[in-house]
Amino acid sequence: MSSYRVRRPGARVDFDKPLTFSFDGQAYDGFAGDTLASALLANGTRMLARSFKYGRPRGIIGTGPEEPNALMQIETGAHTIPNLKATQVELYDGLVARRTTGWPTLEFDLKSLGGLFSRFMPAGFYYKTFQNQKLWPKFEHIIRQAAGYGSAPSEPDPETYDHSHRHAQVVIVGGGASGLLAALLAGRAGLKVVLLDEQNECGGWLLSSPHSVIGGEQASAWLKSAVGELQSLPNVQVLTRTSAFALHDMNLVLAVEQLQDHLPIADRAAHQPRQRLHRIRAERVVLATGAIERPLVFGNNDVPGIMTASALTTYLNRYGVAVGKRILLQTSNDHVYQGAADLARAGCEVVLADTRTRINPAWEKRVRAAGVDVRTGFGIAYARGRRAVTGAQLVKLDAQRNVVVGSGPSIDCDALGSSGGLSPTVHLYCHDGGRPHWDEERLAFVVPEAGRAKSGIYGVGAVTGEFGLQNALEQTERITRELLSSLGKSAPTSSGNLKTDEPDATPARRIFRVPDGRAEGHGKKAFVDFQNDVSAADIHLAVRENYRSIEHIKRYTALGFGTDQGKLSNVNGFAIAADVLGKSIPEVGTTTYRPAYSPVTFGTLAGAHAGDTFEPRRYSPMQAAHVARGAEFEPVGQWLRPWYFPQTGEDLHAAVRRECLAARRGVGIMDASTLGKIDLRGKDVREFLNRVYANAWTQLAPGKCRYGLMLDENGMVMDDGVTACVADNHFLMTTTTGGAARVMTWLEKWHQTEWPDLDVYMTSVTDHWATAAVVGPKSRQVLAKICSDIDLSPSAFKFMDWREGTVAGVPARVFRISFSGELAFEVNVDANYGHHVWEALMDGGREFDITPYGTETMHVLRAEKGFIIVGQDTDGSMTPLDLDMAWAVGMKKPFSFIGKRSFARSDTAGPNRKQLVGLLTDDPQIVLAEGAQVIERADVTPPAAMLGHVTSSYYSPELGRSIALAVVRDGIARRSEDGHKSGRDLLYAYAGGKAHKVTVVSPVFVDPKGDRQNV
Amino acid sequence: MRKDYSSWSLFTKGLRHNEGWNPAWRSAEPKPSYDVVIVGAGGHGLATAYYLAKDHGVRNIAVLEKGYLGGGNTARNTTIVRSNYLWDEAALLYEHALKLWEGLTEDLNFNVMFSQRGVFNLGHTLQDMRDIERRVNANNLDGIDAMVLDAAEVKRRIPILNTSKSARYPVLGASFQPRGGVARHDAVAWGFARAASKYGVDIIENCEVTGMDIANGRIAGLETTRGTIRSERVGCVASGHSSVLAKMAGIRMPIESHPLQAFVSESMKPVLDTVVMSNAVHGYASQSDKGELVIGAGIDHYTSYTQRGSPHIIEHTAAAILELFPMFSRARMNRQWGGIVDTTPDACPIISKTKVKGLYFNCGWGTGGFKATPGSGNVFAHTIARDDPHPLNRAFDLARFSTGHLIDEHGAAGVAH
Ligand SMILES: Cc1cc2nc3c(=O)[nH]c(=O)nc-3n(C[C@H](O)[C@H](O)[C@H](O)COP(=O)(O)OP(=O)(O)OC[C@H]3O[C@@H](n4cnc5c(N)ncnc54)[C@H](O)[C@@H]3O)c2cc1C
Repeated sequence: MSSYRVRRPGARVDFDKPLTFSFDGQAYDGFAGDTLASALLANGTRMLARSFKYGRPRGIIGTGPEEPNALMQIETGAHTIPNLKATQVELYDGLVARRTTGWPTLEFDLKSLGGLFSRFMPAGFYYKTFQNQKLWPKFEHIIRQAAGYGSAPSEPDPETYDHSHRHAQVVIVGGGASGLLAALLAGRAGLKVVLLDEQNECGGWLLSSPHSVIGGEQASAWLKSAVGELQSLPNVQVLTRTSAFALHDMNLVLAVEQLQDHLPIADRAAHQPRQRLHRIRAERVVLATGAIERPLVFGNNDVPGIMTASALTTYLNRYGVAVGKRILLQTSNDHVYQGAADLARAGCEVVLADTRTRINPAWEKRVRAAGVDVRTGFGIAYARGRRAVTGAQLVKLDAQRNVVVGSGPSIDCDALGSSGGLSPTVHLYCHDGGRPHWDEERLAFVVPEAGRAKSGIYGVGAVTGEFGLQNALEQTERITRELLSSLGKSAPTSSGNLKTDEPDATPARRIFRVPDGRAEGHGKKAFVDFQNDVSAADIHLAVRENYRSIEHIKRYTALGFGTDQGKLSNVNGFAIAADVLGKSIPEVGTTTYRPAYSPVTFGTLAGAHAGDTFEPRRYSPMQAAHVARGAEFEPVGQWLRPWYFPQTGEDLHAAVRRECLAARRGVGIMDASTLGKIDLRGKDVREFLNRVYANAWTQLAPGKCRYGLMLDENGMVMDDGVTACVADNHFLMTTTTGGAARVMTWLEKWHQTEWPDLDVYMTSVTDHWATAAVVGPKSRQVLAKICSDIDLSPSAFKFMDWREGTVAGVPARVFRISFSGELAFEVNVDANYGHHVWEALMDGGREFDITPYGTETMHVLRAEKGFIIVGQDTDGSMTPLDLDMAWAVGMKKPFSFIGKRSFARSDTAGPNRKQLVGLLTDDPQIVLAEGAQVIERADVTPPAAMLGHVTSSYYSPELGRSIALAVVRDGIARRSEDGHKSGRDLLYAYAGGKAHKVTVVSPVFVDPKGDRQNV
Repeated sequence: MRKDYSSWSLFTKGLRHNEGWNPAWRSAEPKPSYDVVIVGAGGHGLATAYYLAKDHGVRNIAVLEKGYLGGGNTARNTTIVRSNYLWDEAALLYEHALKLWEGLTEDLNFNVMFSQRGVFNLGHTLQDMRDIERRVNANNLDGIDAMVLDAAEVKRRIPILNTSKSARYPVLGASFQPRGGVARHDAVAWGFARAASKYGVDIIENCEVTGMDIANGRIAGLETTRGTIRSERVGCVASGHSSVLAKMAGIRMPIESHPLQAFVSESMKPVLDTVVMSNAVHGYASQSDKGELVIGAGIDHYTSYTQRGSPHIIEHTAAAILELFPMFSRARMNRQWGGIVDTTPDACPIISKTKVKGLYFNCGWGTGGFKATPGSGNVFAHTIARDDPHPLNRAFDLARFSTGHLIDEHGAAGVAH
């Protein structure tokens, strides 16, 4: 065992379970129960990082999420994790850790050369220099290389993450003495309780102070029985390794549970997620988040080996590590005394310098008895040492004012701990808008004792400023009883004797920056924020330059910006700013506390929504049929749709050519299942349709369908589709594939907020129906082969009719509608029969050479007919009139319809609008780029006026040439009647640096009279 | 203007313990009256004051701020700067701003860290690619740098991007604007404040406008938490609170205020040296000079004035980023926040005179106004000084919501950062 190890009764490391690990390639020993930090300290490692700006040597300061310096890269390869705090990494056998700063080596860091010029690099220096915009990229490159801690992994994450929802009556955050007591009381009262603690076990500060006394027994014994009882209560759940990182409105606590990181990689369960995000909604939230000790600010306070005093105590009592042999403690309050005594009893030589002249006599007696050398009225002017602390120079302080009145001794030490008081962990309380209160007596921002009981949020223990154990427990009991009675419960029994052996506290000294007798900025650098190298002088400078709001100070100096989010530094920073500004601390206020309390893995936030399950892919019921036929797929909204069905040797163009010709001349079949479908019922459905569609629905009889255009408030086309009348009070609407959810929300919004009086019920039935469109001159013959109970004859089953019947033996709704301009039947069946019916149609069509086709052919066929695709040929700025679809607008409807009023607006009604047209290139083989801009002249010197753009463009196999749809300013009037290229019909389409001559024509290229769909 | 920020001044002041630095701007007491009062000391408001003083010779100007200057969305945005918008009106306005950005550091003698590292807008569907093609062609014809890249080229330029064909939304290509990038948001506010202050502009913080004094259809002054201030010209630049101010003048702004959230990772070694945006998966990312991934997404659906939003938006955004960069799965979010953005029906700003003579509004920048900061201030200053819009903001008049001449940037801009 290393010489820094001490066997402490009650320590949480198991000396019978030795482990090995490596840091920066070197092997070390540790024990089960160690953190990476405690194990490194036990091995004598002091410097393990270099500072962000000046490259100064840095070591471990804290024991938990407050640690600013010891940021580690844990593991390598796919398992690597950047920036974990060594204080939060549980040691396991074989753990691999690397430093994240210090280049090229920890011993020699290039940045430390810059550090020599640190006086020329005060806060915000970069705003004042590097002002040449041309050279800035070079400077920036250097700055970027110098910044940053760990490295992102370069491989995909081999582990998984999970989300879980919980509902509790009481959620208690923090499993220290107060949180445990609150949980016991609430648990005994029978409430559903969830207790969370960030650490590997409950206990909080009791783990660092196992010899305190609660109700006559040792704290460690009290802890054990409390945890045991909680575990025995079926209504209480204790989640350790679970960090509550956010409190959102309405008592929603978000917490991350660590399930695997503490295990050797080989021992991690493959079925177990690495971390789980708990979303806990609770009737009552109890914050028992405790407090974090803040260090004092003095010269060279960043030298490795200088820590918070409580960290020295924790390493000793919890981990069995005496960080030094000769220890100097510097304090302004009582909290360090117990630790001082413990360190002395463990064999360290301890000098305790208290900035106060009047100290607590009871404590003084106890520590002197343990052999501590107590010096009162002294502060540390500066520490000595570079890579490890070697001592400190003390100065005599005035009894009242924080000024130097005389010199003090120089004291040698190999570890130094300071305490400027405790800073309650108020973060969660402030996430949802709560504000902490400044308590001038306790020198802390605290959660007010009553919390915000009205919204069900309570604080107990140190987070409210009750720093003494006994006071905290008594207060916890009182507050928890109030909470219980607010839920109609009472605590059944008394919690028993909560007496401790602490002496009454004496007031702390109000000191944050220990003076060194020199003007700020003249002496040694005194750090406030270690991670960002913010010194007390930087705060002075910020104020001098008029960055006086605490937010400005923060932003100008980077105070509190690190991955510790200022847990050690903020209050010191606020206080120093207050002194410079001549204001009180509450007048200065705090910066905003935001989630995450401690950093949260992206993977945990995403949970299962990553990779293949980022957004579930949606497939039609016929997917297997398409895969079997070798389809290529295209994502459309959330769906994957067959794009085209290549046969051996075919590319997209060849396949589409074959598919198009089949549909135009023989028969094709397309899967249209993905179209959105909404079932509307109620006696006012007709009226509802009249309002949400531009056209009229009053006359549509059962058995008939109609195409409708849906407009937004501005009168712009937002969706389209065919709606069928099933019965007078029952309609089936179809929407575009990508627009289904949007349309459903839109309809619900209008119904619920504007017309709740209408009797309409909407159900999304997209997934309920499978749809096969049989398209082409021979489609009737194909359908006739497997459908005998519908009269398919042209006179009985007309275009835009629909019929109920049996297809391939299953109940079906057959629609005679067409998106290709050909004779076509769309067969709708229960989704479960979709695949069966598809295959039946394929079989029935075999003798007609039925050809499956995908979205690309569908696009070509509809473009040949000038049928629009909403979202492709429209972009939210096209009215029905712009699309030359006045026929689909019922201006005479009695009520009105969404968008109607906008048609009266001067611009919407005005001339010169962009309108849908067809374009033909001079060279029939040139297929224009979709997205080409339409311009008047071939000259493209910017700025060139644009008249519109190409929305759809294909090679038409039917016509043997290219065709395009475009929206063009005043396009309808430009259409060439005779095809001769003169005047306004001659334009250019520009894309990728080239302009092609085009003629503006009608958008209907094939069968302009529309005869073919009516046969 | 004297250029008193330089390496030389850092050197000489450094020798004297940095005690010789002067206030970056002067905190003024409100005077009884001003020639022009700007409400809102965000980037846009401060830029307006600066250009009013510098280009239009107006000297007696105050900027009133209810909190601390630059503390609104200026301090909360993800700092993406680009000008590759779809419609001429918008593209030319943002391009005007981009040109000013290119000289801003030198103009202000304050390094705003404008980093032209390029902006990628990814396309994941055929329709995305059509939109990209259309926008890039339009940009080229407007003289704006833009290009269409295919998936292989995108991968070459951003090796860590997941361009696998089996991705849920495979990357098919991207538009790329090389001159786009990011800047340091706070520095923009401070730099304009300092430069405006040098021209004598009074910057008055902790001064909230609570009422407007309007007589005979003209603005005469403002009620504030620091007393009455007279002025016959008032420009309101209050982002998420614009409709609140407009209401004081009896004007109903076509604006909805929504929270927009963003978050940063812990600081990491350089891994992403450009800006990547994707509307299809709803997320975008860049890496700050300090090493944090700066990440954002779309707005919260509910209207709100609290500067925080719903957690599921953050969760979805994280998922979206992992879709683009699966390797960030083990990186960690350090901090999340929100701002209140002023969204208009067409995702374009309002820079306009109003029915009240002498009262002007510059708002509606929504999720994407940071990039416009210098341009917005520049044209708004012109509008106020001449009582007549600059040619570049004529189309952004309030009247468009009654004429219907909307400039719909939703389609192409989607998440319009
Ligand atoms: C999370 C997020 C990410 C964003 N990302 C980007 C991005 O990447 N790129 C981009 O271009 N844009 C982005 N934006 C948008 C951008 O931040 C804003 O459009 C822009 O900063 C607006 O600037 P402003 O000066 O008008 O507003 P602000 O900076 O909000 O300034 C308005 C000021 O008015 C003050 N004010 C309000 N009411 C009053 C009153 N009654 N009296 C006095 N003062 C008042 C406010 O306190 C505030 O300081 C983002 C926004 C958010 C919230």
